[in-house]
Amino acid sequence: MTGIPRSYLFTWAALVALLAATLGLAYVPMPGPLNIVLALGISVAKALLVLALFMKLFRAPALTRAAAAAGLFWLAVLFALSATDYLTRKVDPVGDLSAPTGREHRSGDR
Amino acid sequence: MSEAGPLPRPEPQYATAGQQAEAAAFGMWVFLATEILFFGGLLLAYTWLRASHPEGVAEAGRHTKVVIGSVNTLVLLTSSLTMALAVHAAEQGRRKALTRLLAVTALLGLLFLGLKGYEYHGEWTEHLVPGLNFHEDSPHARTIELFYFLYFLLTGIHGIHVTIGIGLIAWLALRARHGAFSARHYTPVEVTGLYWHFVDVVWIFLYPLIYLVGRSGP
Amino acid sequence: MTTATVTGKPDEPVVATRNYLTEGGVTLRSWLLTRDHKRIAILYTLSITFFFFVGGAAATLIRLNLVTPPGIFTPDIYNRLFTLHGVIMVWFFLIPSIPNTMGNFLIPLMIGAKDLAFPRLNLLSWYLYVGAGLLALFAILIGGVDTGWTFYTPFSSLYSNGYVVLALAAVLAVGFSSILTGLNFIVTTHRMRAPGMTWYRLPVFVWSNYATSVIMVLATPVLAITLILVAAERLLKVGIFDPALGGDPLLFQHLFWFYSHPAVYIMILPGFGVISEIVPCFARKPLFGYRFVVWSSIAISIIGFFVWAHHMFVAGISLYAGLVFSLLSYVIAVPSAIKVFNWTATLHKGWISFDAPMLYALGFIGLFTIGGLTGLFVANLAFDVHVTDTYFVVAHFHYIMVGGMVSAYFGGLHYWWPKVTGRLYPEWWARIAALLIFFGFNLTFFPQFILGYLGMERRYYSYPPEFQAWNILSSAGASVLAAGYALPFFYLGWSLFRGKRAGSNPWAATGLEWQTSSPPPTHNFDRTPTVTRPPYQYRPEPEPQDV
Repeated sequence: MTGIPRSYLFTWAALVALLAATLGLAYVPMPGPLNIVLALGISVAKALLVLALFMKLFRAPALTRAAAAAGLFWLAVLFALSATDYLTRKVDPVGDLSAPTGREHRSGDR
Repeated sequence: MSEAGPLPRPEPQYATAGQQAEAAAFGMWVFLATEILFFGGLLLAYTWLRASHPEGVAEAGRHTKVVIGSVNTLVLLTSSLTMALAVHAAEQGRRKALTRLLAVTALLGLLFLGLKGYEYHGEWTEHLVPGLNFHEDSPHARTIELFYFLYFLLTGIHGIHVTIGIGLIAWLALRARHGAFSARHYTPVEVTGLYWHFVDVVWIFLYPLIYLVGRSGP
Repeated sequence: MTTATVTGKPDEPVVATRNYLTEGGVTLRSWLLTRDHKRIAILYTLSITFFFFVGGAAATLIRLNLVTPPGIFTPDIYNRLFTLHGVIMVWFFLIPSIPNTMGNFLIPLMIGAKDLAFPRLNLLSWYLYVGAGLLALFAILIGGVDTGWTFYTPFSSLYSNGYVVLALAAVLAVGFSSILTGLNFIVTTHRMRAPGMTWYRLPVFVWSNYATSVIMVLATPVLAITLILVAAERLLKVGIFDPALGGDPLLFQHLFWFYSHPAVYIMILPGFGVISEIVPCFARKPLFGYRFVVWSSIAISIIGFFVWAHHMFVAGISLYAGLVFSLLSYVIAVPSAIKVFNWTATLHKGWISFDAPMLYALGFIGLFTIGGLTGLFVANLAFDVHVTDTYFVVAHFHYIMVGGMVSAYFGGLHYWWPKVTGRLYPEWWARIAALLIFFGFNLTFFPQFILGYLGMERRYYSYPPEFQAWNILSSAGASVLAAGYALPFFYLGWSLFRGKRAGSNPWAATGLEWQTSSPPPTHNFDRTPTVTRPPYQYRPEPEPQDV
């Protein structure tokens, strides 16, 4: 019986180590959005490990990699173009209109 | 006990078994691309909620059961390992190892679902189920309810994927026991493996978004 | 065997004894459990025709109501009618129309394959479609839905008293059908091409369906999850989309249009493919600028995802987002225009014959151009504020969907009818129907541009009296249109039994699908063809016969 490939065990060990790291770091107070950035960064690293070594994505045919890339690209489009609205939208409790109407009253501005 | 086995006849629309195997693997990857967008819609809703009500989401995150969530992450990561090893065993035509590794993967999946069910039960008793028994005395109650609304959809839909995966893997284990796969024919194992790893990847992202929110706060 | 060999023997009564209609049995069971892409295409055609007439009936009632304000129906019934019309026409006719009927039938034939990559998935896709259709009909019969096909929140999730959840479930199921079809086409196009069938030898029809499939596969899942969210919101009274409950209704619109704007291209790209097959054949010239036509399809399928919020200009998105989406919406006009120029250039100095498929194709080019140009009007932020939710928008998208896609559907149906059935349709009847549809269509929808510009709002059961003259014109046009659509139903049905035998290539067309017998055998080709030349190798005159 052939042995278990080492690379899989190392991958698993790395995944578990990253899990421990992300769990521990979550309890450390950090400035601004650093917590979530780190947590998502670690998730990306874990996902890359699974994709690269368990799913053998980077040794797969170019076509396969294109399919995976397409999924991620379109997800990025969904987020990026929605952000053009959400990052620039001004929500006023009084019910401001985004398009200038010539009827705005200055007091409602933030 | 390596057995090469005869090359299976491809389905009539294919010229060769190799073409059939390539088509199956590529088909699964295209399907996984659709899955990215499927979860993507929910993640956009989550991002909106978190960006517009950061304090409420942080408070809601502190209600989640981080121990169960972390153990479940460990369970799924391990099941990904056993699945990868199962595909490896299939490549080498080791029937017994393949059957066992598939069975272990399915059992780990069941363990995940069991823990998840226990977690849901806890949330039910704590009145955290939106629409059915939600009750929360916090200034952020409304945000917490929306957080849990998304929580149940995200984990529920992920759980459905896990359930389907367990079914597929159990079926593969049965077929493997009867010698349906060989070193020259194991495409179903490989393709199901891709699906299972993807379900794991989704969870890798859900874990910090659900369980690690607001842990560093008060 | 090459794509360019012309084997037309129009008058020879070839009776293909061994074909997909007789092989494998003629029992109902053999049809309902078939994995043959051609039989599944027939199943789709029958069910899609049924839903086309259901949606058409609703349209007829809408136009009838609008002849005399305040109409013959109560506002509530009127709301349910236009919702029925929209839901059925969008998801049960337009989206599956060309891909699932002609695409299913022709893609394996055109690339020289024996079937699609996943025949069982293909059958499952049809069952999902039928199941979803029955669910939608059930929802209509027990009371209907009054939200409009767009299911806008919070109306759909909180206030509407129709059977919204049932309708959402139906659309969800038909969405999965669409995803499976797209997946199947993508894998088939990549993995099942015959030897020598390189990408640049693929007919444009295959390219267009490939581009469509990319949209189906990447946009539909977002619709699915959005509908699940609305249903959960309605059932649980928790609202991520409901401002009263802390949610954001614009989030729904972003997610919905992330699918539904690209879905517009699902509805038109396959039509581009059909026109690109018909125009060279009846102009006896190679398609002008093949690579531009191909890449403009791919460009549309990608840029189509960048423009969705132009549906939301007045909904409350930020002005900056409006500017970005307005600009991007102009960009998508470029690849669409490239196609129109290429078809026109193909006609230039061509040996043009005006058979029915060509009449539909020419109608398509004109009507699509009007629809596309008015699309630029509504992409303009300032003008759109004036015409949002008016009949101008209704007319604009009907010029694309009905003037464009339905013309292409009928054009393709006539063009490939001999291949599918082995019979010729009666040419003169077909030309009369094509002209009726063209004139009826313009009479129905051109007045709506004017009505919209004058300020008539869509989705109201009544209107001020000064709009009546235009509305009467429009309704008169609708009855001409209805006659035009009913005609093919009869003469095509007649030709099934009495039509002349077609032979394998009645149009002397190029393309692998014309090299096998009509109707084709179950596995399409007796010997897998080898391709050596690019498509559309037409010469000025239809040649009698090559050796």
